[in-house]
Amino acid sequence: MKVLKIATAGSVDDGKSTLIGRILYDTKSLTDDKLEAIEEKSKQRGFDYLDFSLATDGLVAEREQGITIDVAHIYFSTPSKSFIIADTPGHIEYTRNMVTGASTAQASIVLIDARNGVVEQTYRHFFINNLLRIKDVVIAINKMDLVDYSEEKYNTIKGEIEYLASKSEYKGQNLTFIPLSALKGDNVVEPSENMSWYKGQTLMHHLENLDTKDINDESQTRFPVQTVIRPKTNEFHDFRGYAGKVYGGDLEIGEEVAVLPSKIKSKIKSIHFFDKEYAKAKSGSAVTITLEDNVNVSRGDMLVKVAEEPTITKQLDATICWMDKDLLQISQKYYIKHGVNDGQAKVTNLSSIIKTDFSGIEENPEALELNQIGDIQLKLSKPLLVDSYKKNKSNGSFILINPKTNNTVGVGFIK
Amino acid sequence: MNQNTIQVDALESEAIYIFREVQAQFEKPVLLFSGGKDSITLVRLAQKAFYPAKIPFPLLHIDTGHNFPETIEFRDRLAKELGVELIVRNVQDNIDSGRVKEESGRYASRNMLQTETLLDAIEEFGFDACIGGARRDEEKARAKERIFSVRDDFGQWDEKNQRPEVFDMLNGRIDLGQNVRVFPISNWTELDVWSYIKQEEIEIPSIYFAHKRKTFVRDGMIWSAADEVVYRDEEEKVVERMVRFRTVGDMSCTAAVLSEAIDITKVVEEIRDSSISERGARIDDKRSEAAMEKRKQQGYF
Repeated sequence: MKVLKIATAGSVDDGKSTLIGRILYDTKSLTDDKLEAIEEKSKQRGFDYLDFSLATDGLVAEREQGITIDVAHIYFSTPSKSFIIADTPGHIEYTRNMVTGASTAQASIVLIDARNGVVEQTYRHFFINNLLRIKDVVIAINKMDLVDYSEEKYNTIKGEIEYLASKSEYKGQNLTFIPLSALKGDNVVEPSENMSWYKGQTLMHHLENLDTKDINDESQTRFPVQTVIRPKTNEFHDFRGYAGKVYGGDLEIGEEVAVLPSKIKSKIKSIHFFDKEYAKAKSGSAVTITLEDNVNVSRGDMLVKVAEEPTITKQLDATICWMDKDLLQISQKYYIKHGVNDGQAKVTNLSSIIKTDFSGIEENPEALELNQIGDIQLKLSKPLLVDSYKKNKSNGSFILINPKTNNTVGVGFIK
Repeated sequence: MNQNTIQVDALESEAIYIFREVQAQFEKPVLLFSGGKDSITLVRLAQKAFYPAKIPFPLLHIDTGHNFPETIEFRDRLAKELGVELIVRNVQDNIDSGRVKEESGRYASRNMLQTETLLDAIEEFGFDACIGGARRDEEKARAKERIFSVRDDFGQWDEKNQRPEVFDMLNGRIDLGQNVRVFPISNWTELDVWSYIKQEEIEIPSIYFAHKRKTFVRDGMIWSAADEVVYRDEEEKVVERMVRFRTVGDMSCTAAVLSEAIDITKVVEEIRDSSISERGARIDDKRSEAAMEKRKQQGYF
């Protein structure tokens, strides 16, 4: 069964949780016991409607405050597709959790309150979707019931977002506009009788028909070695396999590959998956590969097709989303994790920062604060095998780890 | 040789990738094994991740002493077949020594008491990564869980301050004393697990299939009356029913469901059509709205 990973984004009270609850309810994905619990809690709190956010806000603090603090993963399926929704927080202070939820998404839903139109948080969400290069973005214009299902309101918001998109440097994005009411159920799963002027699909119909390519399907083939398998048993005494996951294109037996960073060339001898051997491994497969020559390969090395080598570099130029309370400043050192490889990185320059209202950039800032996005340059302790994020998502991103706390403090997108 | 092309199912390859990251990033991982369907699935995925080498870490079972005998028998046999070390630590030992106090009455359960024994075992062996079969679809606090979830040396989950987890880069760096709970099947649903068990023809304990059992009904749920560990009032009448278990926890907190599903195909069909969630049969989650979150803050797995 196909799986579609979706991230939601929206400002506080735009109705993200209500929308997800509505989807679960209308697709009959809420089991009786969960529905009963929601009914009971809604009544206890004196609501005269079902508070669907109770289904998704899983932490006590979230229910107390009525906001989403961290990503919740919600699962449901229709007869044709399985869905994983990352319900991400809308508050500015939880931007890092929004990036966390959106990083693995193939599609995203940005909610806009029809009464308020485009607000600062909308810019932020739009920007993050572009930074992550999420191809399919649904602009869900919610609470249409509160603006008398006005086509004019819808068109104004659509126009503003289209203007925003026209200025974005990421041109490959597919924007879909859907006017809806999550509370009343208009255009979520069922088409709305209140908006006969809208000729498009319902949200669920649109999501069911989206092409579910993996985020890495369209890039060049990369096989980062996670671990070396050496059983040393009687049966497999000389077995030396390289275990990892294929990103990008296919790999097949007999194919010439380069082992990086040593650049030694060899051929694929066999492809193993559990107790069977295969002629070819497609993108996404977590296989074990043996080579014809006895090459020294270890964790962090990479097998690639000879004509498709990535850049081997000790310097990185990247956009970074900062995720920690401690500031990012020039000359600080971090651990860098790039795929399954790691090393150390020193910040050599901080060239610009995105202004908080997203009106432009500020040059040569002193530091990056929590939830800010800026451009940095890094010097590395050892060469990494990288692509630009534009060309290859999995091989074009990295995280920085604070060596004092071991926390993940930033996520970078290689230019 | 199979001349076909391999394209692994996305959930399976994600789980295998996670297992290999654990092996590469940690000194002393352990696989938490209860003998239930989720941990049995984990074992199969671990086999696949390292084949033809053996699973490179031991299995750890925190035995409440109230487990279904079928599960224990199954557990021992599986470990033997795999040639993997099985470590068992008993909640009973902590009860006997007075370190933990057993609950009493109608809703008594040893489920909570497992935490102490688990934390002791982590300290005793110095485990730095504990792989578990928890899934985000099980419960709403679990839906918030990272794949690599850092716990402090009291085993506590700081749910409001979790590490960002982006793309598939898993940060396993920890301080001495901390450990990481790892959840390779986070993104699987109950139906995914059952479908996988069917597809892979994985053997599971017999209690998952419909069988005749002495039971009684309390609060609308069906309890096993086959063993004295489940508290029963005199007036709660024992009746033989055709039942199976959807989840295999401690007998004292795991209810059965009426079922005619005698084989895996029927089980998959039944799960697909069910209108009750898996955790609907776990009384320990019904104690309060935040039952799972509270237990996790205290080190529950």
